[in-house]
Amino acid sequence: MDITRNSLHLPKDAPPVTIPCCIKTTNLSLFYGKKAAFRDISLNLDRNSVTVIMGPSGCGKSSFLSALNRLSDFIPCCEVEGSIHLDGESLLEGSIDRTVLHKRVGMIFQKPNPFPMSIRKNITFPLREHGITSKRELEARLVQVLVDVGLWDEVKDRLDTSALTLSGGQQQRLCIARALALEPEILLMDEPCSALDPISSGKVEELILKLQARYTLVVVTHNLSQARRIATHAALFWVKDDCGCLVECGPADQVFGSPREELTAAYVKGMKG
Amino acid sequence: MMVSRQVLTRTSRIRASRARLQNRIAAAVIWGGAIFVAALFAWLMADILWHGWREISLAYFTQEPESAGRLGGISSILVSTGLILIVCLVSALPIGLGTAIFLAEYTGPEDTVSRKIRLSLNVLAGTPSIVFGLFGNAFFCKMLGMGFSILSGGLTLACMVLPYFIRIAEESIRSVPQSYRMGAVALGLSKSTQIMRLILPVAVPGILGAIILSVGRSLSETAALIFTSGYVDRMPESLYDSGRSLSVHIYDLSMNVAGGDQRAYSAALVLIVSLILINFITGLIGRAWSRRMISIS
Ligand SMILES: Nc1ncnc2c1ncn2[C@@H]1O[C@H](COP(=O)(O)OP(=O)(O)OP(=O)(O)O)[C@@H](O)[C@H]1O
Ligand SMILES: [Mg+2]
Repeated sequence: MDITRNSLHLPKDAPPVTIPCCIKTTNLSLFYGKKAAFRDISLNLDRNSVTVIMGPSGCGKSSFLSALNRLSDFIPCCEVEGSIHLDGESLLEGSIDRTVLHKRVGMIFQKPNPFPMSIRKNITFPLREHGITSKRELEARLVQVLVDVGLWDEVKDRLDTSALTLSGGQQQRLCIARALALEPEILLMDEPCSALDPISSGKVEELILKLQARYTLVVVTHNLSQARRIATHAALFWVKDDCGCLVECGPADQVFGSPREELTAAYVKGMKG
Repeated sequence: MMVSRQVLTRTSRIRASRARLQNRIAAAVIWGGAIFVAALFAWLMADILWHGWREISLAYFTQEPESAGRLGGISSILVSTGLILIVCLVSALPIGLGTAIFLAEYTGPEDTVSRKIRLSLNVLAGTPSIVFGLFGNAFFCKMLGMGFSILSGGLTLACMVLPYFIRIAEESIRSVPQSYRMGAVALGLSKSTQIMRLILPVAVPGILGAIILSVGRSLSETAALIFTSGYVDRMPESLYDSGRSLSVHIYDLSMNVAGGDQRAYSAALVLIVSLILINFITGLIGRAWSRRMISIS
């Protein structure tokens, strides 16, 4: 699938590039001060895939996601080495337009973080900042994303109450809706269900399956059975020498069905990690 | 088996009774402290009320002082106090808020810049107010040629309260959850949007606290004002006039005016009641703001 996009690099009026989309990291390493969180991770994320990242606590999964949309720049003393290409464009070289990057690569955090404003504003306020001001357009997107995440029926009568009055699961789905409203291509989800009860978690899972048709998803999860249900691709991270590394990655069938590495086999059987 | 169990129960009984004793002592100390503080405040209030309430009437608030404050009211003094306070807040708030935002949002807690600034603020906060008075007199009154005026007094107070204001405001901005900032960055929102639309609104109750503290210190300050806004007790006609603040009035009545004690108590009563009112009202605003954030917005 070929898609034309605004270029990440300045100037803005450069001709749009047309490349089959994916994120491609090559020998990516991330350091907090002198300590490496992970080293030499090379991974391809295909368009319209759901890539599940698994691994024990502290192996650098969250750090990896934060490198992918350069959120790592906002963490003190955090350095990224290697290369990341988004649609063939380098993210780590030269100056990039952050607004475009963050609009194209959305992120959902482990802990739901709705802003302390009304449900409606949580979604419309970032849109306005990205230059969408027409009331009709705002309203249309608001309804669209709330329907998409299955929150519309639950909140349609209380759009102007504070988002902090929602339950944890509703808050998380609101955060997903907020990210979807910007129409990203890629959505990074860092353990989106870890703070949720099984029912809310199931809803988010259904949502992920539904979103796969339109988005490229990267999902970190500790829940093996969930990983099996949603993954089209899977990657296993591990800690070696006090530093995260990639053990194995590939199509989900292969990683779960006939893993190449013994470590992966043990992990997906639930015997390790 | 029997024996050892008996021994065990005996030691555990001793231990339990010792723990009970310790609990009682701790409770006595904590309660004693609390009651002592409350009693001290009650006594102070009662003393001021007892001596001060008789002189207070409507005329007391509408008349200008006569015969050095022995007669008449405090209208001109209330006006001067209000003006000094306004000058102080209008100049301290933008500078203070700007510095607090800079420290909290653009520097880490351990950066050299912020450490240096914080050190200077701590030194300033520990400087006796009389030193600010002398500085204000030399700088605002003489060097900038503002003379003994409400303007000089207000600006001197601003210098004095800034370190406190900045520290509390910085603290409240820093305590805004990091998840809001990260969430905003991940949505591609600019730094200025983050600050104006997310961080400052959440920090409002803390910033109000910083304002209350600044107002409280300003209202109770004498030493920094005697040499800057002076003690002329006429009604001020402009910010360039000298004006006497309420606290200077109290000081003057009790130290320099024979038979002024009664009147000093009345002025003190007005001062304390207005402090309590300001605290109360600001607290209400802060709580209403937080409630709005959580429920309807
Ligand atoms: N802000 C930070 N500063 C310094 N070190 C950090 C920071 N964040 C994470 N680390 C370290 O980097 C390593 C990887 O952390 P990361 O959060 O990426 O792990 P994770 O795989 O997401 O773990 P979990 O499954 O528990 O979320 C850990 O050793 C952690 O201590
Ligand atoms: Mg993590």
